[in-house]
Amino acid sequence: MAIGWYLVVSALIFAIGAAGVLTRRNPLVILLCLELMLNAANLALVAFARMHGNADGQIFALIVMVVAACEVTVGLGLIVAMYRRKLPIDVDELNELNG
Amino acid sequence: MATTTFAWIVLLCPLVGTILIGGSFKVLKGRTAGVIGTAVIGLAFAFAIATLISLLGHGPQQRELTSSVWDYARTLNIDARMSILVDPLSVFMMLVVTGVSMLIHLYSVAYMASDRGYTRFFAYLNFFVFSMLLLVLAANFILLIAGWAFVGAASYMLISFWYRRTTATKAGLKAFVINVVGDVGLVLGTFFIFGHTGTVDFVKTFHTVPHVFVRDSPDLVAGAMFLLVGAFAKSAQVPLHTWLPDAMEGPTPVSALIHAATMVTAGVYIIARMHVIFELAPAAADVGAIIGGATLLIAASIGLVVTDLKRVIAYSTMSQIGYMVMAVSVGAYSAGLYHLMTHAFFKALLFMAAGSVISAMGGVQSLDRMGGFRKAMPFTFGAFLIGGLALCGLPPFSGWLSKDDIIGFLDHRGGGFLILGVVGYVGTLMTAIYTFRMIFRTFFGEPVPEARELQEGHLHHVDVPVNPANGEVEELDVGFPGPEHHIAERAMPMKVAMSGLALLAIVGGVAQVPGVDHALSSFLDTTFADSTIIRDEHSTSAAWIGLIIGAAIALAGIGIAYRVWVVAPGTSAKLIERFAPIHKFLINKWYFDEAIDFLIVRPTLWFGRFGNTAIERVLVAGVITGGTVSIVRACGALVRRAQTGFLRYYAAAVLAGITLTALYFLITSS
Repeated sequence: MAIGWYLVVSALIFAIGAAGVLTRRNPLVILLCLELMLNAANLALVAFARMHGNADGQIFALIVMVVAACEVTVGLGLIVAMYRRKLPIDVDELNELNG
Repeated sequence: MATTTFAWIVLLCPLVGTILIGGSFKVLKGRTAGVIGTAVIGLAFAFAIATLISLLGHGPQQRELTSSVWDYARTLNIDARMSILVDPLSVFMMLVVTGVSMLIHLYSVAYMASDRGYTRFFAYLNFFVFSMLLLVLAANFILLIAGWAFVGAASYMLISFWYRRTTATKAGLKAFVINVVGDVGLVLGTFFIFGHTGTVDFVKTFHTVPHVFVRDSPDLVAGAMFLLVGAFAKSAQVPLHTWLPDAMEGPTPVSALIHAATMVTAGVYIIARMHVIFELAPAAADVGAIIGGATLLIAASIGLVVTDLKRVIAYSTMSQIGYMVMAVSVGAYSAGLYHLMTHAFFKALLFMAAGSVISAMGGVQSLDRMGGFRKAMPFTFGAFLIGGLALCGLPPFSGWLSKDDIIGFLDHRGGGFLILGVVGYVGTLMTAIYTFRMIFRTFFGEPVPEARELQEGHLHHVDVPVNPANGEVEELDVGFPGPEHHIAERAMPMKVAMSGLALLAIVGGVAQVPGVDHALSSFLDTTFADSTIIRDEHSTSAAWIGLIIGAAIALAGIGIAYRVWVVAPGTSAKLIERFAPIHKFLINKWYFDEAIDFLIVRPTLWFGRFGNTAIERVLVAGVITGGTVSIVRACGALVRRAQTGFLRYYAAAVLAGITLTALYFLITSS
């Protein structure tokens, strides 16, 4: 199968994720969309790895998964902390760090 | 043991005492600190005698010994060592310092007994003795400067000993600042000499100086002049003398030890020690002699009118040191040092007696309030009289022989030095007048209430203690003089110390009697063997004529004082009225304080204020730091608009940035 289709799917998933990050206000959803973007990249990496016939890209994908897991841990921790302190679960209202 | 080992032990004793007393001040009760302090100095004195005996065991040519413990620095050919020089001059100074210190420590054991700072006092006093011994034993310029600065610090701590007395702290600061001027002079002088000789070691320097310098070469004269600045500041010579009268704010034993007997003679010592340099730079030596003569007259004239008992003796000290500085500057080394020794004896004695009188007055120091203490304090009167007669130079007291030794040498050198000799005689007359003015006003006349009280067996105590300098009411707490007063008649240690010094003031003159013996000058001869100035060879008969003239002048002075203050007590008031402008000039101390204030202090203050308002506020705070701050702030204001705080904007910016970058590379690569 041609590599093109994989890349199209990957680009679509990435675009959906990016659109979600830019438009949604719930931090939980933003986190999910970020995961989508990362997995789109993973898909592209694995596809290229298959094309070239070596394992470099696949290992890279695994590392990205580890990083994604760490990122989710921190992100979810932040969301739980926000919930506990009764802060609004809305990134637009959390804008105290403006200049 | 080697001679130098003894000298090291002498140096070590007071250091151990300082550390012992200073370190255990909390556990030392009662008079323990005083006993320890006196004992270590006594030990130092014993070892100083041992050093002398050991040194006399060497032949006259081998009496210049150095000993080094370790090297400070050996880079750049600087031979800075922890080394001492043991030669007749340093042994002589060591004996005077430890001997007089021992007696003054003994006096202080009783005199300071009721002071809350008793232990601190002895720690300081021992530190002073250590510093002074370091100064006289140093075998190189580095150690000399260290000792020089240490004695300045010790002097500061002891003048401000009663640290809650405002006048005392101010006097301490004044002394310290003026002494630092002297320290700077000494350091600069050392640089001038080191720059040519390349060594800081004394023995090497004195051997090299005649080879690298020609007579009166500019650098040598400059170096010698800077050394003189150091000597003048330490020895209270005009115009760096104003600190010494104020230093009388310290406790009386301090005035006796530091500001009369030992520290203030450091300037005399250094000129004698550097005599090779001064003989090659006669211009500088002449300046020293003239300043010494001027100080002699100025100080004596102020002593005639001052009414504070201790300040009269302080001006007398300045005047006598003027004699010594004059002597060592013109080459009369043994005469100058001889006078240094006898002066240490009788001036310390005078201060001790004055301390006793001040105690009997309950802390009052003004001569106007004193009178008639002769019967109430017979012992103190006797001691004061012996000290006074020795100071005036009356036979057979020690001051008679030593002072006229100096004047005789000046007359013998002739020429311009004759003028200095005449100055010396005028000084003798004034000395006799002010000394007996003190004695007559304190001990003669109608007894004051305090003296009557003492005659009835009760020592006067003031109800409310006040500062004698400005009348401020003081508490009897730490940092102020103690509540009790002690007089020599009732305190054994004071009596013993004063008796010892009185004995020395009488018989101290035997060290050198014209035609009889010249023990001191032949002993010191090793140090001054390389002197090119004519030796003290004037005939015995000439010396005795000088002695008789000196004694006659002193007697005349005493006669004048007797006429003015005893026979016709109103005379002094009449004289003051008649010579009001002169009296005003003298009572204001020749306006030296005002002149220094006008010429140095005010311009410095003005410059400081100018620096604050013009340079600091405008240039530094306004332009340099202020300019930087406003630039950074403006840049910050520009970019802070980008920080909206909305997460999605940041995300969009990142995305847009990456997209644009990717597009750029895509376009350029195709």
